[in-house]
Amino acid sequence: MNAPMPLVKKLRVATTSLAGCFGCHMSLLDIDERILKLLDLVEFDRSPLTDIKHCGPCDLGFIEGGLCNAENVHVLREFRTHCKIIVAVGACAINGGLPAQRNHLDLRDILEEVYQTEHLLGRAGIPNDPELPLPLNKVHPIHEVVKVDYFLPGCPPSADAIWKLLTDLLAGRTPSLGHGLLHYD
Amino acid sequence: MSLTFQLDGEDIAFTPGQSIMQAARAAGVYIPHLCWHPDFPAHGSCKLCTVKVNGRFGSSCTMEAQAGMNVENRTAELDDKRRTMLQMFFVEGNHFCPSCEKSGNCALQATAYELKMMSPHFDMFYPDRPVDASHPDVLLDFNRCIMCSLCVTASREVDGKNVFAMGGRGILGRRIHINSESGRLADTDFALTDRAASICPVGVILPKRRGFDVPIGKRTYDKSPISEQVKEKAP
Repeated sequence: MNAPMPLVKKLRVATTSLAGCFGCHMSLLDIDERILKLLDLVEFDRSPLTDIKHCGPCDLGFIEGGLCNAENVHVLREFRTHCKIIVAVGACAINGGLPAQRNHLDLRDILEEVYQTEHLLGRAGIPNDPELPLPLNKVHPIHEVVKVDYFLPGCPPSADAIWKLLTDLLAGRTPSLGHGLLHYD
Repeated sequence: MSLTFQLDGEDIAFTPGQSIMQAARAAGVYIPHLCWHPDFPAHGSCKLCTVKVNGRFGSSCTMEAQAGMNVENRTAELDDKRRTMLQMFFVEGNHFCPSCEKSGNCALQATAYELKMMSPHFDMFYPDRPVDASHPDVLLDFNRCIMCSLCVTASREVDGKNVFAMGGRGILGRRIHINSESGRLADTDFALTDRAASICPVGVILPKRRGFDVPIGKRTYDKSPISEQVKEKAP
């Protein structure tokens, strides 16, 4: 029979994907059965896994993706306000990643080519619904806007790297990734 | 009696005329560096190999070893400064490892792993650096250039061709130029067999039609950290 769990207050964790591809979240799920152990230790607040829409007071905020539009900036600031520790997860959160490949192009030129001029793409005009967040002129990593406490590089960071960071933080250690876990690709 | 100096408390033998870097390398001790290459004269530009010699900073690739000198290399102080220099390299170019063919075989990336660089720290510059895809066999992606000038030296000294040159000033102006009327690589006598074609420590000079041919896990620096590889290669 399992020993009863000690009554430790679970850490609250929020996660989000800004200008990312959800690949880092998929990599989090790649921790496989360790997720059961994780759920003994943490409970999720705002996250694509819970569908909670706004972040309450949290111990840990995982940010995937960089900043490509105004909504990304609002969400990031909400996380920074409510999370004691912010972790930038993955290449896009750390240096802009793939979305930042547009940074050497003019934003208007991109929108016009995609929505107006390129014949194989749509010709419906540049979307201007007020519900749509405005794109930023350039894509930025999140440390340019808020203070980031820890960085977890990778595209995506491997499940083992995510697990190492989580278990280090839960144990109160400074996260440290050795050879094979620290990867920029 | 052989001549020695102290490197992080360890005796390193050297022959007169050897730099601190050359002596350390021969002894299998890694001093972080990017612009230095064992086959070429020291350039001394990247400053990553800066050590403390008898308490004063100096470039280990250009400073001659002297008997009895006390050299600090992998101290927290020096590695912190090196990490900061690496972060500056990363923000002043466009270093997107996931889409780079050199990833896993890149000296800049491996050095950043070695020094546990977790983020670029500074604001990104995102400079606009168009690629040169004109040559039939070689792609030049200047986004990743760290201005080590190894291609300049290799082309001049080994290939006898003088294909590359350094020029311009400042983060946005300084870059590698191609010595042809058009400024394009296709209009030079550059060839895939040139020494300069295989000298680039980062992902600027890339052979075409060979991308990502080694799977992740089997690339040069997947196997062991760059410092271990220097140890393994020592005679």
